Amino acid sequence: MDNTVISVHNLVKKFGSFVANDNLSFEVFKGEIFGFLGANGAGKTTAIRILSGLSKPTSGEVNVAGFDTYSQTEQIKRNIGYMCQKFSLYEDLTVKENIMLYGGIYGMKKTLIKERIHELLEKLHFEEYENRLISDLPLGLRQKLAFSVAILHEPKIVFLDEPTGGVDPITRRQFWEMIYETATRGITVFVTTHYMDEAEYCDRISIMSDGKIVALDTPDNLKKQYNAATVEEVFIKIARPNPATPQSRLGGTNTQHHSKLIPPKREQGGQNRDR
Amino acid sequence: MKRFLGFVKKEFMHIFRDYRTLFILFGIPAAEILIFGYAVSTDIKNAGIAIFDLSHDEITLKLTDKIISSGFFKKTETLLNYNDIDKVFKKGKTKAVIIFQEDFGKKLVREGKASLSIIADGSEPNTATLVTNYTLAIVNDFTTDFAGPALNNAIRIIPEVKMFYNPNLKSYYMFVPGVITLILILICALMTSVTITREKEFGTMEVLLVSPLRPIQIILGKVIPYFILSFVNVLVILALSWLVFGLPVKGSIILLLAECMLYILMSLTLGILISTVSQNMQQAIFISLIGLMLPTILLSGFIFPIENMPKIYDYISMVLPPRYFITIIKNIMIKGTGILYIWKETLTLIVMTLVFIGISVKKFKIRLE
Repeated sequence: MDNTVISVHNLVKKFGSFVANDNLSFEVFKGEIFGFLGANGAGKTTAIRILSGLSKPTSGEVNVAGFDTYSQTEQIKRNIGYMCQKFSLYEDLTVKENIMLYGGIYGMKKTLIKERIHELLEKLHFEEYENRLISDLPLGLRQKLAFSVAILHEPKIVFLDEPTGGVDPITRRQFWEMIYETATRGITVFVTTHYMDEAEYCDRISIMSDGKIVALDTPDNLKKQYNAATVEEVFIKIARPNPATPQSRLGGTNTQHHSKLIPPKREQGGQNRDR
Repeated sequence: MKRFLGFVKKEFMHIFRDYRTLFILFGIPAAEILIFGYAVSTDIKNAGIAIFDLSHDEITLKLTDKIISSGFFKKTETLLNYNDIDKVFKKGKTKAVIIFQEDFGKKLVREGKASLSIIADGSEPNTATLVTNYTLAIVNDFTTDFAGPALNNAIRIIPEVKMFYNPNLKSYYMFVPGVITLILILICALMTSVTITREKEFGTMEVLLVSPLRPIQIILGKVIPYFILSFVNVLVILALSWLVFGLPVKGSIILLLAECMLYILMSLTLGILISTVSQNMQQAIFISLIGLMLPTILLSGFIFPIENMPKIYDYISMVLPPRYFITIIKNIMIKGTGILYIWKETLTLIVMTLVFIGISVKKFKIRLE
């Protein structure tokens, strides 16, 4: 029980008569990398909005970071981080100014923020960018920076909503190295993605379809269960709502268009990076 | 040729499917014809006139009657002493006061000349000029009729024209208050709506909402810089108009600044409201500029008095906040009135602000659901 950072029982979210989330139940454990997959329109975004405290469920129990989503939304917000595909950093502010801003919003003391800035910039090897405007940075760098800012205040959980969209394979790999390192530190990572190869590197994944969770297990178990070689195959087998649905509803998978992600090495506290 | 035509066809589709281009192509010309045809009128209609008759004889009554029944004027009050002149102008309905000297009729018949004063409300220079000219024309006409064909030059009514509040009839008396009104609502509403929709467009709004910042803190945080800067703007404009034009503030500066703050607040909340109905910055800018700037310039009484427009424009301008503020600011700056004469307009602005806040909060809550 102590190990659970997110616990959801019979979550239902309705918009009028449309049921976006239909009786979802699942748990996420501390330090896990939890992949949240599903076709567009399956109800992923709705669920994430509820988990991050942006909206309230119609019914069901939802506990995030030990707080109840109905009555303790403020505490939830203080203990989570969030990064979405559309950028979260202000382009007309510098790297340092952005970090100071978010650190302040999350209640961190100035001295602590400054310490973290230095650690961060050293780790990412861009000390010289400290006073550069975000608009001057290349995309991959911005994404890595946005992720670092999302976990600056050491939240219990960080929600990543399609964080690697539109980014080149090398940067994607470096990004996932950062995700691994974060999980090793004990921060739970809740990530949604359309890249099926990224799904392989999660500890467990869940697949949503039409408002319900149709699969929840480790990637290996799912592949065995559905007799598939890749998670992509599993996805295609079970995420198709019914045969009449046009292909486009599935949202597509990205492995056809991008080269396969070379799996980053995952080691306890180790850094395995080549540039 | 075929591919060229295909391209032309596409352009037509763009035009007809975008409400903005349709509006610009068809809406604006139609609106301009209506507005310039009717609202922007250089004629006067039912201009309020007050009579201060120190003589009360047959002749003054006849002349008064001729003026009132001309169709251009409407009698507002009969004044009994000089102090009433300032009061009647402050009320706003009267555009000119006509004063007949004592024994007007006797003097005219016996000595062949009598004096008549026309005191016009100089805070609206254009109207004042028109009213004065029309009145003079009617008086001339009367003189000719009265004198009869033979004695044309022997009888003269000597008019004395004075512009109350604005002795030299400077047009900046009209422009400075109007410019303040226009600038404040544009900057505040436009800028506020743009800054909020910008966050929506770039996705940073989601991140802010997920953070520990409360929505009210986000909104207030966005609004406060504009409040402060707009206030500074007002001070600068007032200082400039005093230094450059010599235009003083006749009434209480404190009251003026307080009313300005109310107006700024109202404009900011209007900006917030616009942002709740706009999906992106472009829409916000479009609504603010077309929906606010044009009506404000044309229909708020800034340049063209509302009294001279057909009734329908009067009703339309009732929903425009600038209409009320122009009255307030002109009254305080140029006529020197206190809150007694402008409490109705002030109350209207307060109610409008509350309504805007109410609607914005409701829409924001729905969005969060």
